[in-house]
Formats: sequence, structure tokens, C-alpha cells
Amino acid sequence: MNFQSGVHIKKEWDIVGARQLGRNRAKELGFGTVDQARIATAISELARNIYLYAGTGRVSFEIVEDINKKGLKIVAADEGPGILDISQVMEDGFSTSGGLGAGLPGVKRLMDDFDIDSVQGEGTVITTIKWVR
Amino acid sequence: MPEALLKIVIENSDEISRNWLDQVSERRGNGYTANISEELFQSTNREFVNVIFSSINRHGSTEELETFSERLINLGWPLSYLTDGLQTFRRVTIDFILNQSDQVDTEQFSKILTVVDNWVEPIIKELVNEYSGSWEHIVSLQRVALQELSAPLIPVMDNITIMPLIGTIDTERAKLIMENLLDGVIKHNAEVVLIDITGVPVVDTMVAHHIIQAAEAVRLIGSTCILVGIRPEIAQTIVNLGIDLSKFPTKSSLRKGFNKALALTNRDVVNLNQDANPDLEKLLDSLK
Ligand SMILES: Nc1ncnc2c1ncn2[C@@H]1O[C@H](COP(=O)(O)OP(=O)(O)OP(=O)(O)O)[C@@H](O)[C@H]1O
Ligand SMILES: [Mg+2]
Repeated sequence: MNFQSGVHIKKEWDIVGARQLGRNRAKELGFGTVDQARIATAISELARNIYLYAGTGRVSFEIVEDINKKGLKIVAADEGPGILDISQVMEDGFSTSGGLGAGLPGVKRLMDDFDIDSVQGEGTVITTIKWVR
Repeated sequence: MPEALLKIVIENSDEISRNWLDQVSERRGNGYTANISEELFQSTNREFVNVIFSSINRHGSTEELETFSERLINLGWPLSYLTDGLQTFRRVTIDFILNQSDQVDTEQFSKILTVVDNWVEPIIKELVNEYSGSWEHIVSLQRVALQELSAPLIPVMDNITIMPLIGTIDTERAKLIMENLLDGVIKHNAEVVLIDITGVPVVDTMVAHHIIQAAEAVRLIGSTCILVGIRPEIAQTIVNLGIDLSKFPTKSSLRKGFNKALALTNRDVVNLNQDANPDLEKLLDSLK
């Protein structure tokens, strides 16, 4: 089983759509309420960053299986301006939009695996996984 | 040609109507009129075909058409009943005219089509306009209703006001929350305002940021904001996000928040009678 599904982010309400789809996937995989809330919040952060900084993009979901565990992989991809200094945006409190600057470092703590791949001028792909306990 | 055709059609309106009624009844059961009684269906059909004839006879829209469509809109009949009905009328009428004439060459044929289309199309257009106008009206009413619901303020006691939030918060709603909160605090002269987020499904950094800003603004006008209804899973995600809510009081439940608000306004719940339930206690219980 390795189906993929996702939501295009174009307008603010697409964030809610992505969140709902992701939460349903998480429920199906057997995540508890707290992890479901963590996953929904992480999706909200990634989707909102796409909406705010890249304009448009896509949040997709994939069920991943390891030898003895299962998880939900979230991929947030856009072709926006990219991120110049990755260690800087991972600092708590760093924001170029007057926000709390808690989004990306927060997602890293909410999830288990976390990876940013970004090329300036070409876009950003953030991949993150939460494993079912 | 149009006048001559019109004459034929009007003179034979009884037969055309009959053909039309037969076809419309036959094609019923395709779902949308299934739960309408046979009697009502037939009487509406008869009225509909009369309205069509009178519109054609008077070259365009009539008051009858407007009243008729208005009534169907209010009764919740689907637009497709009317558009299907008019397409059927078009077909029936063309068939009838063709059957009347012995031979029809292609030129005449296309003229007949044009004339009949020119009768039917303005009616369809008008009906579609009526329907979409009513939908737009409903949507705009619902938007207003939703806005009124999106950040309500309840002045429960002197100096204590509650804002219960239910549902997703987007940036537009977040702004409305801030505005209503400040207006309400001033209008109700609230010393303490409780924001209840029990019904908010996700508290992300955007929502948290707006709540922090709202609480800070309330503090600047001399009142206190208490955040209540923080569900355990929301508490966890807020901690994971690293958001600092320590600048203002937070409580897990509205009841605890309300007790805190009483304390802040130098009040207390006193049980006047061991057996009877004082009103305030009831009020507190209903807030649980
Ligand atoms: N997809 C992206 N493309 C380009 N830049 C981004 C992207 N995502 C984040 N950034 C940059 O990284 C910064 C930090 O993002 P982060 O989500 O941590 O905080 P924020 O969005 O500014 O505030 P918030 O706490 O509300 O999320 C942003 O201010 C922005 O400059
Ligand atoms: Mg962000």
C-alpha cells in the first residue's frame, strides 16, 4: 500500500482542505488524538507558509512503511522564492512576515523526521514523517 | 414568417400543450420532482405551459413569468425542471410545426428553428437570471449571518464577558475577533473577557499569534483576557510549537476561567442555602 494524495494550495481555505485530508489519513493509520492534532497543526504550518511565501504549491500525503513501523509522510512543495539560509529559518522566532517565527521549528518538534530541500529562486520541498507509535 | 408561425402555434396551443404535458409527465421520475405529489406536479405543469404561451404571445417576459418563477424558487423546485421543460417545449413545438407543413426545405427548416429558439431562449435566460439572483441573495445573507456568528460576545455578568469561538479561524475571522473583542470590552465595560477556544479544531501559529495580539490589546485598554477551553491535545501542540502563552492567564475549562474572572473582579460564589441551588451555582454548572 503506497497511495499518494494531496491538495493544491492556492487560496487560504485550501489550508483547511489539506488539514482535513491529512487528519483523515492520520485517523485511518491509527494515530491517537494528540498525534492527529500534531499532524493537522504541522500541515497547517507548511500549507500556510506555501500560501504566504510561495503563493501556490502542493501538500501531498503518503503512507510509508518501514520494517516494523508505519507512518504518514507529508510533502510540502512549491516553486516559490526558496529559502536562503535554512539554519536561520529553523531558529525559534525568525520571521520575515512579522509572524511568531514558530512554524518551521514547531513542525520539526511536532513530527519525527524532518527535511528541507530548498534552492533559491527555484522553490522549496519540505518532507516530514510521523510514525505510528 | 415569424408572425405566421406564431399564429399557427397560438391557434393550436391546446394540442401543443397536450403534447408537451404528455412528454413532461413521461420523463418524470428522473429524480428531482420525485417527492412532489402527482396533483401538484400536473397543476404546476399546466400553469407552466400557460406561462410559456403567454410569454411567447407577448414577445418576451411577462409579470406572470416572474411570479411563477418566484413561486417555484420559494417552493424549492430545481432550475432544471424549468430548463428541461422549455427544451421539451422547443422540441414539441418544432415537431408540431413540421407536421403541419407538407414539405419543408432546409432553408425553411432552419428558419423555423431560429424562430422557435427566439421564443424559448429569452424565457430560459430570464429564468436563469431569476434563479441565480436568488442564490446570490441567499449566499450574501448567509455570509452576513456567518460573520455575526463568527466572533460573538456574551456579557454574562457585570464586568465579565465571554467570547466563545467555534470552527476554523482564517485571517479574516481573526481580524473580526480582534475588532469585536475590543469593541465589546468597551461597550460592556468588561474588566475580564474570557476567550473560549473549545470549538476551534486547530490552533496553529497564526491563530495563536492573533490570540496573543488580541489579549495584549485587551490588556492595553485596561482589562484582562483569559484563554479558556484548551483541550489537552491543543495544549500539547502549543507546547511543541514553542508558543509562550504565559503573558496572560489560561485555564483548561470555561468553569475554571469563570471562577478566576470572579476572583479578579473581587467576587465569589456563595452558597446561600445548603439544599437549594443558588442561581449562580446553576449558571456555573451550565458553563461547565
Ligand atoms: N515555503 C517557503 N518558501 C520561502 N520561504 C519560506 C517558506 N517557508 C518559510 N519561509 C521563510 O521562513 C521563515 C520562517 O518560517 P516559519 O513558518 O518558521 O515562521 P513564520 O511563517 O514567519 O511565522 P509563523 O510562526 O506564523 O509560522 C518565514 O518568515 C519565511 O521567510
Ligand atoms: Mg509559518
